Amino acid sequence: MRLSARLLPWFGGITVLALCGGLGWGFFLTPDADLFGATVKIIYVHVPSAFLAVNIYFMMFVTSLIWLIRRHHVSALAAKAAAPIGAAMTLIALITGALWGQPMWGTWWVWDPRLTSFLIMFVFYLGYIALWAAIDEPDKAADLTSILALVGSVFALLSRYAVNFWSQGLHQGASLSLDRQQNVANVYWVPLVLTMIGFFALFLWLLLIGTRSEIRARRLRAIEMQEAR
Amino acid sequence: MFPDLGRHADTVLFSYAATLLILAVLAGSYALRNARIRRALATAEARRGAKNG
Repeated sequence: MRLSARLLPWFGGITVLALCGGLGWGFFLTPDADLFGATVKIIYVHVPSAFLAVNIYFMMFVTSLIWLIRRHHVSALAAKAAAPIGAAMTLIALITGALWGQPMWGTWWVWDPRLTSFLIMFVFYLGYIALWAAIDEPDKAADLTSILALVGSVFALLSRYAVNFWSQGLHQGASLSLDRQQNVANVYWVPLVLTMIGFFALFLWLLLIGTRSEIRARRLRAIEMQEAR
Repeated sequence: MFPDLGRHADTVLFSYAATLLILAVLAGSYALRNARIRRALATAEARRGAKNG
């Protein structure tokens, strides 16, 4: 708790700086793209949210696995705290993707492998949150939600690699890659990386706040149970 | 200074507005829940402390 309290202002500061810098730069200072026109500016909100949507699910997969194997309570609570952030990121990716798709593909939605796997992942996020809310006993809730997270990780994996698996989809390949083979043009690259940092710092910031809340809520529940005896 | 977004202005502006709204609601709900639980825990710990003398 002490370490997380020390990290919180740092993540908050990085979030504000990187998001304001990246979104401001991307929106006000980058030119329109030849092919996409001004809609290219949507990548600054779509790509980071889609990146986080998939990777938060992977984080939940790992922490759920830790809970199931090691029974480490903080890992289960971290997964619980991460789920609403992941759901929000998936929703942003779906909305901004649909908004971009309408002028570019001529449709808001298409049953493309990546879009479909994202929609299923969103349903898994909602199911995970609902399952935590539906079960009173915390350890039982952690067990069942962890199993759900493991099952849903298949769709997170599909969301990430659907473009590579199925070539018939409309969705293009990754906008950023570590090998810099598939990256967007240099003029869009820096603000995009900045917004990625901002979104990631926001995730860490909210994750710390959420996990601390869950730990406190568990302590509160223990006190209330003692008082009830 | 405001960029000319041409015929895609609605699409771009709505994308940014929707994103910022969702992020604001998310951050607000986390901060409010944190404050509420923190207060409730402080009250419960004070009550327990008073009870134990």
